[in-house]
Amino acid sequence: MLRGTPFHARTAPLCQAQNWRRWAGYLAASSYELTHEREYYAVRTSAALFDVSPLHKYLIRGSDAERLLNRVVTRDVTKCAVRQVMYTTWCDEAGKAMDDGTLQRLDEDVFRLTTNLPNLRWLSDSSAGLRVTVDDVSDSTAALALQGPNSREILKNISDAELDELKFFRLTYARVGDIPVTISRTGYTGDLGYEIWVDSQHAVRLWDVLLDSGERYGITPAGILALDVARIEAGLLLPGVDYIPAHRAIIDSRKSSPFELGLGWTVKLEKGPFVGRAALLDEWRRGPAWQLKGLEIQWGSLEAVYREFGLPPELPSFAWRTSVPVYVHRRQIGYATSGCWSPTLKKYIALAHLRSAYAAQGGEVAMEVTVEHERKRALARVVDTPFFEPERKRA
Amino acid sequence: MGAAKRYDAVIIGGGHNGLVNAAYLARAGKRVLVLERRHVLGGSTVTEEIYPGFKYSVLSYVVSLLRPEIIRELELPKHGLEILPLESTLTPLPDGDYLVRWADHDQTRRELYRHSPRDADTYDDFGKLMYQLAFAVKPILGIVPPDPTSLSPRDLLSLARIGKHFQNLGAEQFYALCKLLTMSSADFLDEWFEYEPLKATMSASGIIGTFLGPRSPGTAYVLLHHYMGEIDGVFRAWGFPRGGAGAVADAIAAAAGRLGAEIRTEAAVQQVIVKNGRAVGVALDSGEEIRARKVVSAVDPKLTFLKLVEPRELPSDFVDAIRRYKIRGSSGKVNLALDDLPNLTCLPGRGPHLRGAISISPSIGYLERAYDDAKYGNFSRRPYMDIIIPSMIDPGMAPPGKHVMSIFVQYAPFALEGGWNDERREAFGDVVIDTLSEYAPNLKDLILHRWVVTPWDMQEEYGLTEGNIFHGELALHQLLFMRPAPRWADYRTPLKNLYQCGSGTHPGGGISGTSGRLAALEMLRDS
Ligand SMILES: Cc1cc2nc3c(=O)[nH]c(=O)nc-3n(C[C@H](O)[C@H](O)[C@H](O)COP(=O)(O)OP(=O)(O)OC[C@H]3O[C@@H](n4cnc5c(N)ncnc54)[C@H](O)[C@@H]3O)c2cc1C
Repeated sequence: MLRGTPFHARTAPLCQAQNWRRWAGYLAASSYELTHEREYYAVRTSAALFDVSPLHKYLIRGSDAERLLNRVVTRDVTKCAVRQVMYTTWCDEAGKAMDDGTLQRLDEDVFRLTTNLPNLRWLSDSSAGLRVTVDDVSDSTAALALQGPNSREILKNISDAELDELKFFRLTYARVGDIPVTISRTGYTGDLGYEIWVDSQHAVRLWDVLLDSGERYGITPAGILALDVARIEAGLLLPGVDYIPAHRAIIDSRKSSPFELGLGWTVKLEKGPFVGRAALLDEWRRGPAWQLKGLEIQWGSLEAVYREFGLPPELPSFAWRTSVPVYVHRRQIGYATSGCWSPTLKKYIALAHLRSAYAAQGGEVAMEVTVEHERKRALARVVDTPFFEPERKRA
Repeated sequence: MGAAKRYDAVIIGGGHNGLVNAAYLARAGKRVLVLERRHVLGGSTVTEEIYPGFKYSVLSYVVSLLRPEIIRELELPKHGLEILPLESTLTPLPDGDYLVRWADHDQTRRELYRHSPRDADTYDDFGKLMYQLAFAVKPILGIVPPDPTSLSPRDLLSLARIGKHFQNLGAEQFYALCKLLTMSSADFLDEWFEYEPLKATMSASGIIGTFLGPRSPGTAYVLLHHYMGEIDGVFRAWGFPRGGAGAVADAIAAAAGRLGAEIRTEAAVQQVIVKNGRAVGVALDSGEEIRARKVVSAVDPKLTFLKLVEPRELPSDFVDAIRRYKIRGSSGKVNLALDDLPNLTCLPGRGPHLRGAISISPSIGYLERAYDDAKYGNFSRRPYMDIIIPSMIDPGMAPPGKHVMSIFVQYAPFALEGGWNDERREAFGDVVIDTLSEYAPNLKDLILHRWVVTPWDMQEEYGLTEGNIFHGELALHQLLFMRPAPRWADYRTPLKNLYQCGSGTHPGGGISGTSGRLAALEMLRDS
């Protein structure tokens, strides 16, 4: 009884690989083709079309909508202009990240929050006494992400939106034919790209128009496997993989604060009271115990490890999502949570939680690699993320 | 004859705890003998073919608390124990709708969301909290409960260990635990959920085997027991035993036998023989006397200390405590042999929902009203029921294409106004079938045979005083170091060489085997 998204009637026949995975109770294509490679390259060279409808979406309306959100999320919502989008986290009272997502200001008193986990109860509980309603519009709002250098041209051809004027993390209302849509310049790939929000009843028609006119520009339906590589290159976190959302953690040590996740820039301590502020202020004074950083595994070192067995380096063809120990000398000082071979950068990269003392940019650590059933270590350099950030993303 | 032999221990009662006890003693090289009054082993954990071809799991039917260490140490899988998954819980509703909680997280979330988007979110948070609490409390269930008033090094050490364990519990969880210990299950669940059928179905696990309603304080704690089963569920210890509950007893008996224990059925103990203030053996109904260095009782505390032992052999304050021990029976059981599967109005036809539990618990009010009837001496006119169709899980329980149904019913008070008799038993059975037929209209046409067990039958046939399914209610005032009486919670008794190992001792009822095992370990310490 897993559900298809509003695009399922179109995505199902396209999914040659019959390779589906679960995403928030929906079926999501892992890849459409038998391998995900071409889908990945579409993100970086033409345009990839992702069905991101399984995201949870909440509509927050009312004269106190801004107050509610400002009380809940870490960003300063009063600074969010109408038609602006903010990436933000939100925390529990202990200042540990519960989730992250994008907040769209659709109008003065209307916001849409997209989240990875269900947040309805959390939002409604926090809205006690405020003039605000919170509606779960996850099922009624379908969403597509069109990502890649050609995404703008494709959308310009089919819609009346002024896309040349639309800046990074802004949104606009438009029509595709007679279909009303919201287009935001956002995405999960670190590339030029847009997300298109549409009433579920128009989903299939929108898909058809996009594929039809996008064909000349190389539009390519793409699945989660391609997305995963792109988002690691972009240094974007996946809750449940790169960190455990506070509400899901059985023990406290599994939780992470935004500072520990490299998301300190989303925490606006000066904005006044919000959930978790006191704890975050404390942590800001002390400095975080952990930091989430990029690792670039050193090719020479990797080669040496494999050469011991008479092999050239063998790299996973997918992004991996497991916890891998990271060392300095004999001591484990952290763990990587996801990694992949970056086809664009030609580097083996990973996202890792490192104890702050070892997290300085340029530092050298060692990541565990398993070669021929034996645990080995390859040297890696600590770097800031994103690994990959093309100019076109913001241009 | 037996009288000539001398055993290290003789065990009164061949229920699963008596058998576990025997197995552990035999494993330590002791010569032991189990004496069971009935013609079959198992006690409350029994499968009987009362109607040819159909196997009834007559009383208990789900395994959730059977200790993993017992499964391991007695090698029960090798001796035939197989536990099959029982994955969903369906609550049919009078208006034709339903609530199902499936094994799959996403599917359950969807279903909850259909009724209450808020509860769908809450369900995971609640589950996490209960998991944390169950994890914290569980170790206490596996050890001899320390007495907080005692200054013995052993008690103090054990208390300190428990204290340390609780330190790992966050403040928030600790407060929640305090609430669990004092609140009613209805009030506790009200703090979390809004959808009535969900609250009612969850609260039902708090009232099973008690003479309390969902709004009675103290019932919240029993909710935890459910989640303890879930922790073990990871190791697949939760479900329906292949062959019915009796298969659990059979596996333990086989293990005990293999270890050298002797087991006799149709051997009812009439009296514990006492010489010079020590238990030295037992006398059977048949007049036969059996000598043993130690006597262990696996029957309930009232039976043990008020019937099998002369009260004058025991201190009077102890006898008083046992007299005050609450053992009011409140449950009945109806077993059916069916020609075909029932057709539920809410989910017609066959389907996976018939492989799980079906709970008749549409609202808290419904459950509380069912209790009201019992409070005033009647069986519920519209009872709470927990139903499974064992033949859907293990086809071997019935001939091909036919089915058996196990219906656990509350409330059926032992102290029925006017008393139980054949007529009242059948009237009770009719109420159960009538109520269930409202949800499964074809049920009556399918019944080939019906076997109703009242609390009176549980006492008379199965040796459960007042028909209490747990050898005494699982209420806080008679748990842990208070079970069955203060100072005698370590499986010893005031009578030297007499021990106790039934569900009337810590940690209490349910197919867990803990009492039998811990009692054996204590006895071995003494010898
Ligand atoms: C209707 C019902 C449903 C239940 N459902 C479940 C369930 O689904 N899951 C669960 O975990 N638990 C359930 N339970 C509880 C569980 O079955 C019991 O707590 C457990 O089986 C008790 O085991 P025991 O060995 O302690 O005692 P018992 O099983 O009661 O064993 C005592 C034995 O002593 C024998 N005996 C009595 N008097 C004498 C005598 N004078 N001489 C010799 N032998 C004697 C009896 O015949 C019996 O065999 C249920 C109980 C009942 C009654």
